[in-house]
Amino acid sequence: MIDRAIVTVRVNGVTWSGETEVRVTLADFLRDRLGLTGTHLGCEHGVCGSCTVLVDGHSVRSCLMLAIQADGSAVETVEGLATPEGGLDPIQQAFSRHHALQCGFCTPGFLMTVKEYLAERPGGGESEIRERLSGNLCRCTGYQNIVDAVGELVGKESA
Amino acid sequence: MIQALDNLGPDAKILAGGQSLVPLLSFRLARPKVIIDINRVPDLGYVRREGDLVRLGALTRHRDVELDPDLGSVCPMISDAMTVLGHVAIRNRGTVGGSLAHADPSAEWPALALALDAACTLIGRSGSRTLPARSLFQGFMTTAIGPGEMLAEVRFRLPPPGSGSAFVEVARRHGDFAQAGAGVILTVEGVQITHARIALLGLGSTPLRASAAEEALVGERPSEGLFASIAGLAAESMEPFDDVHASSEYKRQVGTVVVRRALTSALARSQVVR
Amino acid sequence: MTGSVGPYFGASVPRREDRRLLMGAGEFVADVRLPDMVDAVFLRSPVAHGRVVGLDVSAALELDGVLGVYTAADLDGLVESFTRPFYKSIDPEVVSRSGLQIAPYRADLLAKDRVIRLDEPLAVVVARDRYVAEDALERIVLDIEPLPVVADVEAALAPDAPEINPDVPGNVHARFKITVGQPDRALADSPHRLTESIKCGRSVGSPIETRGVVARPDQGRGTLTVWANNQRPHLLRTYIAEMLGMAEDHIRVIAPDIGGSFGGGIYAEEILIAAVARDLGRPIRWIEDRRENLGNARHSRDQIHRVEVGFDDEGRILVLKDWFALDCGAYNPFAITIPYNTASHMRNQFDIVHFESEAVCVATNKLQNTPVRGAGRLAAVFVMDRIVDLVADALGMDPVDVRRRNLISGDLMPYDMGMLYRDGAPIVYDTGDFAEQFERLLTAVDLDGFRRQQAQLKAAGRMVGIGFSSHVEGSGYGPYEGAKIRVDNSGHVIVHTGTSTHGQSHETTLAQVCADSLGVHLDDVTVRFGDTDLISHGGGTFASRVAVTGGSAVHMAAELVKEKVISIAARMLEANPEDLEVVGGQVYPRGAPDVALSLAEIAQASAPGGSAAKFGLEPGLEEQSFFVPPTVVFASGSHAAIVEVDPEIGVVDLLRYVVVDECGRAINPMVVDGQQHGGVAHGVGNALLEEMIYDSEGQLLTGTFMDYLLPSATDIPRIEVHHQEFPTELNPIGVKGVGEGATSSAPAAVASAIVDALRPLRIQLNELPVSPARLLRLIGEARQVSTSSF
Repeated sequence: MIDRAIVTVRVNGVTWSGETEVRVTLADFLRDRLGLTGTHLGCEHGVCGSCTVLVDGHSVRSCLMLAIQADGSAVETVEGLATPEGGLDPIQQAFSRHHALQCGFCTPGFLMTVKEYLAERPGGGESEIRERLSGNLCRCTGYQNIVDAVGELVGKESA
Repeated sequence: MIQALDNLGPDAKILAGGQSLVPLLSFRLARPKVIIDINRVPDLGYVRREGDLVRLGALTRHRDVELDPDLGSVCPMISDAMTVLGHVAIRNRGTVGGSLAHADPSAEWPALALALDAACTLIGRSGSRTLPARSLFQGFMTTAIGPGEMLAEVRFRLPPPGSGSAFVEVARRHGDFAQAGAGVILTVEGVQITHARIALLGLGSTPLRASAAEEALVGERPSEGLFASIAGLAAESMEPFDDVHASSEYKRQVGTVVVRRALTSALARSQVVR
Repeated sequence: MTGSVGPYFGASVPRREDRRLLMGAGEFVADVRLPDMVDAVFLRSPVAHGRVVGLDVSAALELDGVLGVYTAADLDGLVESFTRPFYKSIDPEVVSRSGLQIAPYRADLLAKDRVIRLDEPLAVVVARDRYVAEDALERIVLDIEPLPVVADVEAALAPDAPEINPDVPGNVHARFKITVGQPDRALADSPHRLTESIKCGRSVGSPIETRGVVARPDQGRGTLTVWANNQRPHLLRTYIAEMLGMAEDHIRVIAPDIGGSFGGGIYAEEILIAAVARDLGRPIRWIEDRRENLGNARHSRDQIHRVEVGFDDEGRILVLKDWFALDCGAYNPFAITIPYNTASHMRNQFDIVHFESEAVCVATNKLQNTPVRGAGRLAAVFVMDRIVDLVADALGMDPVDVRRRNLISGDLMPYDMGMLYRDGAPIVYDTGDFAEQFERLLTAVDLDGFRRQQAQLKAAGRMVGIGFSSHVEGSGYGPYEGAKIRVDNSGHVIVHTGTSTHGQSHETTLAQVCADSLGVHLDDVTVRFGDTDLISHGGGTFASRVAVTGGSAVHMAAELVKEKVISIAARMLEANPEDLEVVGGQVYPRGAPDVALSLAEIAQASAPGGSAAKFGLEPGLEEQSFFVPPTVVFASGSHAAIVEVDPEIGVVDLLRYVVVDECGRAINPMVVDGQQHGGVAHGVGNALLEEMIYDSEGQLLTGTFMDYLLPSATDIPRIEVHHQEFPTELNPIGVKGVGEGATSSAPAAVASAIVDALRPLRIQLNELPVSPARLLRLIGEARQVSTSSF
């Protein structure tokens, strides 16, 4: 018998409450139950970082968390970055300016990782940025433009 | 919670950070009948310092250790290790207790615990018991934690004042599991080494202490030449095995190098007298 | 963004695709949501070679939530097997000149009596969700009697080797030999000779998105819609139609947003899910997990070369003979695509008159070897560049001088290679100047400055080195690509084409081509593709072809539309068509914009029965064009890598990477540079990290991302890209392809740099990847040789 449990979670500012199987991951829950398919699954074993979301402000690999563990938490996904009117946030804009995405599959994971990083008001240069991004894999861009986008954002933060 | 552990016996798995357990569930390599999620148990995650005694609750997230303003400066070996332990997203969830209980010989915390002569407190139906870290690790990914027991806290004394420490590991990519690593503590008084700890990861089926090498250091005058020969001695404690990334010979070679480099780095840090 | 004016060709305009992808609003195949949709998973063979004794699915069927289980027996009458390779035919001239022998390709979709590779599918389980489907998988009882495993090329070619497939006698899928000039004689006459064995390990495409299919049957209409992240939607439709016995037009294949591909094919899973959905009458989704992807998709490289090289005292390479074996795996759906690419590109930028390439595609109990970014060229470049280093080493020369001595210079263009390309056309490098390209690279990298720096660093104990690579890339492969362009009543221009993008920015670049060729604002153009309903025939996206073929088709169709626009406008304005121009969506006589007609007005006039009807013109403002390239067009590049080696642990740090790229006219330089970055990163992965390893029992040892190592942001340096431009006459827009060349050169440049870093120690680095363990062993071997020589 697979157990079920009630989950109440605040996703991108909207509270959702309902029942889920206990064994469902947060990633599958966001995608399949809440229809938030912006969070992507690249490996389901916590290496590629495509599934990165923020839980209570902290970056988390949503494929490594059970949905029920997010009960009572605030979750931010890529869908919450733009304004309701569809205005891209500064991170998204920087990514576009710098051509920091090609196929876009890994991009939501990067955006959430960068969001957490910028909130720390970092002052780091390229090597710190690369180290911070090393937990998100990209097969298309070779990372350089992503690093440049983040570099521009870091510069703005400290300005 | 202890009740829950006790009642369900060996078919229960504790879920802490989930960074090791959840992938095993996804791969269907782990099939516990029950998962006990301890993430909401109060007062299980903390970094407390009482003089030179440091106490870490089992549920302490690696990231909290990493960001602790105090711990990193008094024991840089720990902050070195935290920066190479996976990535921030892993450290946000993964826990000290979880890492120790999982006992992967290539992980950072088991080796750190050995280097720090840590004591581990287990709790269960019959109360609590404390064992030294070296007794915790019994075999490949096997610990002395019995059925119905849970690791609750790990504590250690900070190295003596003026000590230097360092953690050096070699991995294929930043944040990957170590192919070989060493956590080293050196205390130098005057011109002599008075205290040395060398813990090894990725170089055996459990984390290891290079005890003979440690003993050989005590009373000696630190030098590059000494460190090179000590590293060679440490190599004799290593029992690495082959894997898809490297042969045991490679790991032993690298193990020798990381010991030497960690010793050099620890020494450099120890000369800063506070 | 409105108001931006052309010319757009050559401008780094920001991408259309970005908005939805950044918002998480892209639709990838796993995002397709249909009511009533259920999930499928595959039962796969746990052994690499075996006889199926029993397969009992009854317990799986009993599980609540399971809708069906299909085995090979259930496919009779439902779907056919694969019976031909993934393209029509090999050019007969190519066949005869190469003495090609090739075994037929036949593959069942589900294994029946025998499995000949690990993970070979045996059954499909359909259940209400993936979790339940995987539960059901565990209940299937599979009894396989293991058979001896043919684990590698050597085992396969051994005289007593077990035969894997009766269709493939002697475990040889294919063999051919190409001879140019008189290699044997030239070798005998050469002042110097060397032989060497050079190996590229197996590596895989591994896009971040895994494969997936959603198939939705419409039982009422007898039609099928299939979403698949496939590079060739029209080809997939053709296969589904043939194998399911349906009319092509009753099938719609949609390639939605795709998360990278790096190599394609038509997969058994894609056909099976379509067939099962049709049979069950429910929409069915299959999304593979990463273990499945690593074990079942896009394996490539895995080639062993034995070369014999003849050269003179000045380092001129006079002759190259190459015998190579490609570990092709259990099946060979791509015939000779990869090895022929290797043979065609082996001499790369070098003027080597006498040449022989002999290839054997060997069957083993592994996954089939299929094209992945670089497709056979990576091995060719690695081998050729190693040879340059080996010749230099033999003569005590600087490899830079050996390279210079052998490069084809501009005055020798067009340069005939003396053999045919895969499409049957002679390989002729049409435009370019490789010598100038290399000099430009040396200037960009400041070779002299580096050598000075290197001397100082080496004296201080730091092992830094520089390595080079040169490549050509036959790009823009046929057979064709199409574009259909229509202007709607609002004056908006809609472009439909048969490609399927997976990161190459085609929505933007093809819009740029259209906007310029037609004379409209970029914002007034929308490009759509990846859907068989959009256009009757499509080639797809592979082999670095879309800028060339898609871009040309768009240009041609846009010109036709423009012609018609002018024709209508001329009559409406009572002007001479020669005097009219189309600028920013307005048509007017040169110098008289005040009388302009908008494209919207022209489109409305052109409606059936509209005001343009009285001119006797065909109604509508829609034109279609297919570009059939005469042959491939050769792009090229030169790379330099600067590395530092930690000789105690074998770890290589990339300090700097410089590219000079020649891809004809660049539609969008930002996009071109992005392709260079990504291509180099992929190549660096192949050089240092990526290896797909099977053990002697054919079991996969690198089946997770913990073991199959993709490069991360800390593994790739900054990549400086410079450009050379030699527009080509082989297509109307003068472009060359750009997707793969960088990948083929990076491993050679990195390997060469490692060798240079460790000098004066002489490292025999002839195998990829250069893992730290392997490098440390090579250093140890080199040290033994150098000490024993005293």
